Amino acid sequence: MPVNQTSPPASALIRIAQLHKSYRLVDANGKTIENPVLQNINLNIAQGEFVAIMGHSGSGKSTLMNILGCLDTPTNGGYWLEDQNVAMLSNDALAKLRNRYIGFVFQGFNLLKRMTALDNVAAPLLYAGENRANSRKKALEQLRRTGLEKFAMHHPNQLSGGQQQRVAISRALINQPPLILADEPTGNLDSQTSKEIMTLFEQLNRERSITIVLVTHENDIAAYARRLIQIKDGSIVYDGGHALESTHNPVV
Amino acid sequence: MRALRMNRLRTGLTMLGMIIGVAAVVLMLSIGQGAQTKINQSIETMGSNLFIVLPGATSSGGLSFGSGSVKTLTVSDAGAIAELPSINATGPVISGTAQLNFGAKNWSTSITGTTPDYFMVGNWTIEDGTIFSESDVRSAARVAVLGSVTAENLFDTVNPVGKTIRITNRPFQIVGVLAAKGQSLSGRDQDDNVFIPITTSERQITGNQFPGSIRYMLVQAKSPEMMDEAEIEITQLLRQRHRISDGMENDFTVRNLTAIADVATDTAKILSIVLGAIASISLLVGGIGIMNIMLVSVTERTREIGIRMAIGANRRAILIQFLLEAIMICFMGGMIGVILGIGGAWIISQVVDMLVVITLSMVLLSFLFASAVGIFFGFYPARKAASLKPVDALRYE
Ligand SMILES: Nc1ncnc2c1ncn2[C@@H]1O[C@H](COP(=O)(O)OP(=O)(O)O)[C@@H](O)[C@H]1O
Ligand SMILES: [Mg+2]
Repeated sequence: MPVNQTSPPASALIRIAQLHKSYRLVDANGKTIENPVLQNINLNIAQGEFVAIMGHSGSGKSTLMNILGCLDTPTNGGYWLEDQNVAMLSNDALAKLRNRYIGFVFQGFNLLKRMTALDNVAAPLLYAGENRANSRKKALEQLRRTGLEKFAMHHPNQLSGGQQQRVAISRALINQPPLILADEPTGNLDSQTSKEIMTLFEQLNRERSITIVLVTHENDIAAYARRLIQIKDGSIVYDGGHALESTHNPVV
Repeated sequence: MRALRMNRLRTGLTMLGMIIGVAAVVLMLSIGQGAQTKINQSIETMGSNLFIVLPGATSSGGLSFGSGSVKTLTVSDAGAIAELPSINATGPVISGTAQLNFGAKNWSTSITGTTPDYFMVGNWTIEDGTIFSESDVRSAARVAVLGSVTAENLFDTVNPVGKTIRITNRPFQIVGVLAAKGQSLSGRDQDDNVFIPITTSERQITGNQFPGSIRYMLVQAKSPEMMDEAEIEITQLLRQRHRISDGMENDFTVRNLTAIADVATDTAKILSIVLGAIASISLLVGGIGIMNIMLVSVTERTREIGIRMAIGANRRAILIQFLLEAIMICFMGGMIGVILGIGGAWIISQVVDMLVVITLSMVLLSFLFASAVGIFFGFYPARKAASLKPVDALRYE
């Protein structure tokens, strides 16, 4: 069984070694206690992989995704994204990294409500320093490719869930990042729309070899991925090819 | 900007705080400046190094002219004071009111009987013709000099010099018209007046219960440095002339008009400062309103901030976004406030007949102040927004 505990290939897009994450909580007696959420995570993800992360609610999937997305920092351990040690980067550098290297897709879509679909998609370009006219032009092009051209001037509340998620994916793709992080992207969608979204991800992965890391509860969603990671109580209990019976074969 | 438009009512109310603040500052500054300008004008036309000497003991009132029945001050007192080493000249005055006629027109005005020196001491300038002469005084000639308002009312566009008018039915020849001087410090219109030789006045017009006595005199010292010396000399001379024994009260009052003018100037300055300060408080309150709204806005939009950070906004971008919103509110509020302030000042000047002065620097100052308030009170909420951790902002419900 392939386990990534040995020193990872230097070419990996994502390298995580002995990562821990705990939250400090204050208990009923006013004492602070450490609540470990992720424990000894070792993980490599190569360019072009399609990875599904599964696990029970509260097992730490989102926490891991946030760390992968440089939205949160680990308590211990190292994280290298494209061979950059993320712990060494300034806030500005992290913002730039998120802007250029990572596209986010969330369960709740997380579009900017006050903006049109077009401006939502254009926003990352503006933060990358592109001017407004060019940003809009490119955003429109991107929406066209995702089949949303005619919704460009709609606000998020004028779009269906599936459309909103496709706008979010367009936004995630606009800076052509090597990595897309999707935390339960189909969690709020019906099964037909879920299928369309997953087809889109699969296509992006296959045709443009964009690395996709996706969190899901559902086996048929996870089935689109080629690699499955199972998390239980903050630890990786399975990491390997996508075979459902393997779910019960924890790695040691 | 978009966020501002979405929350029109709230933004409008916040801006209202700014508008009122800036309008109040402009209004108050213009009123203060107006008062200062007016006082300065009065002082400039007043003449320098001046005393006014009044008959009667020092009363508790301010610049009250002694009651007419007091006879302690005389023309010869004025002549004697004029001879003092520290004194330049004196202008004794007897006054009253009189009816003036020219043709069909008549005009009721104050009449001042005095000497030629009075015009010099009182810093009058002649617009047309001349003032009357010492020999006119000696001969009690029927000649008159008109104040500009009186001249206008009696003659319209006709040149009064050389014309004959009737003052309480006696014919007087106009020898000159004075240039306008405006209001005195006490708010009297100095230009509605007719001046005639003091002797003529006493014998023919105002009359005098006690011949030789005067209403007051203006005294001019030779220099500002000699003011103290002059006051002592005047007092000593008058006590001696009036045979006031040691320990007895003066039967006259010497007031330093220049000192009074200084006090008036200071008062106007203080008024300006106080008005400005009061108005600034409303600006400050407006600023706190902005901070309050911005803080609410930051909290309300925490998730938006998280999303923006996720898609690549750095802290500076978030800071600038929120700071710009605060500055926009102040800028627009400031603009409307300036317009309203100027409008209000204009209305006040029309309705209350008060001098208001609006200067460019005043407008710029209040505008600048408003922007500073925006930056100052917008900065804290903006920094709060920018310092959020992306993950915390995103998780915010
Ligand atoms: N900001 C936080 N403070 C404290 N505890 C947290 C915080 N975020 C997550 N947790 C805890 O970490 C655990 C894992 O959460 P999460 O990663 O969201 O789980 P998942 O996405 O797998 O459902 C949960 O027990 C949760 O309560
Ligand atoms: Mg989760």
